[in-house]
Amino acid sequence: MDFGFRISPSSAINLDNVDLTLFERLHEMEPDVYKCMACGSCSATCPASVYSGMSIRKVILCLQRGREKEAFRMMKNCMLCGKCTMVCPRGINTRHLILSISKLYSETK
Amino acid sequence: MKENIVIIGGGIAGLEAAGQLLKLGYSPIIIERTERLGGHVASWHRLFPDMSPAKELVDGLVAAASGANIFLNTEISFVNRLKDSYNIMLSNGISIITRIMLVTTGFSVFDASKKEEYGYGVYDQVITNRDLEHWFNGNADPRIDNSAMNAVGFVHCVGSRDEKARNSQCSKVCCITAVKQAIEIRQKFPEASVYCFYMDLRMFGKKYEDFYINAQRDYGIRFIRGRVSEVSENIEGKVVIKAEDTLSGKPVKVTLDLLVLMAGMVCSQASSRVAGMIPLPTDSDGFLKSKDNVYGVVESPKEGIFYAGACTGPKTVPEALAEARAAALDVHLFINGLK
Repeated sequence: MDFGFRISPSSAINLDNVDLTLFERLHEMEPDVYKCMACGSCSATCPASVYSGMSIRKVILCLQRGREKEAFRMMKNCMLCGKCTMVCPRGINTRHLILSISKLYSETK
Repeated sequence: MKENIVIIGGGIAGLEAAGQLLKLGYSPIIIERTERLGGHVASWHRLFPDMSPAKELVDGLVAAASGANIFLNTEISFVNRLKDSYNIMLSNGISIITRIMLVTTGFSVFDASKKEEYGYGVYDQVITNRDLEHWFNGNADPRIDNSAMNAVGFVHCVGSRDEKARNSQCSKVCCITAVKQAIEIRQKFPEASVYCFYMDLRMFGKKYEDFYINAQRDYGIRFIRGRVSEVSENIEGKVVIKAEDTLSGKPVKVTLDLLVLMAGMVCSQASSRVAGMIPLPTDSDGFLKSKDNVYGVVESPKEGIFYAGACTGPKTVPEALAEARAAALDVHLFINGLK
């Protein structure tokens, strides 16, 4: 029976249940991934961001919080233009990072 | 006439000032409340950002100040104002007449049990930055020794930047101390996940930012922006903490084997007591009030009374030492002006 309402699943992140094995492998490939301090320069400069919600800082965060699907949804919109790499104050090679994420996570899916 | 110089407090600021005054040819008197010199730093293990041993620093300062007249286990009973000087009565029955006092009474560590939501003193797995440092120094601590150490969390700003705790000031050193201690935990327990819950990270000092990048990149410390809101214990005796991951806008929960609270600096009772006797004014942040917070930090509003170190506000070790040297020079110039 449908009463027209339902309880939405909790949006809380339980870090105990987040499997970071893949992320740790990514960290080995791309040690700079942990250097992100979430300043938002990458998202602000991203030409795809305003139309699609792509944000590499959010992708990094989602992967660390076990929200891979959300990360991949954003990453599909990346055009690999490399503007984010130019603006990153921490010198993270974001373009290379995106390619590494795609490679690593698609291999294991 | 030989001037008595009374240094109140035998922490690093008092010791450094005494050492400098000895070099200038004076014979200062150090009054220390406890049974040993070196203050808080004497019980610290290693100092940021180069991980230098605290013991070496304190030993060096104590050696340089050894020519001073040092009273341990001694408090000031009362201070009488004379015509142009002060009569200081000590708890050991000695009285000193002086025109010059240097207040180096330092700070106290915030009592973390006042923040009840963090459970310090309630749960066994919750300790403070000071407890952890004592453990690094080789003192056994069952709370740490008996825990599995798979996941460790650090809570920044405990009793700092907190109006409810009546401390609106930033304690300055806790951000970098958390980074340092998180690295040390990872060095001792390479398999442990280490989380730092912060509001802002204030990496203002020399090499602090490098140290922070080091913690992120090389040690994989996970920095989560959000203040821990509550701590509870689960059936296995581990602590479960709740916070908001403000960067993703979602609540976050994690089970930890150990939670370290970065307790901040507050004005010590000893400082307030000494200030009350002379008397010296207190600034709006609860610490002793300088003559000027830009130009006259080491001078009190009273002639002949000087400050150095954390009695006027949270300070790092190099800042306290620099102030001690500045105060020693001010004392020297003041004495020259008396002649």
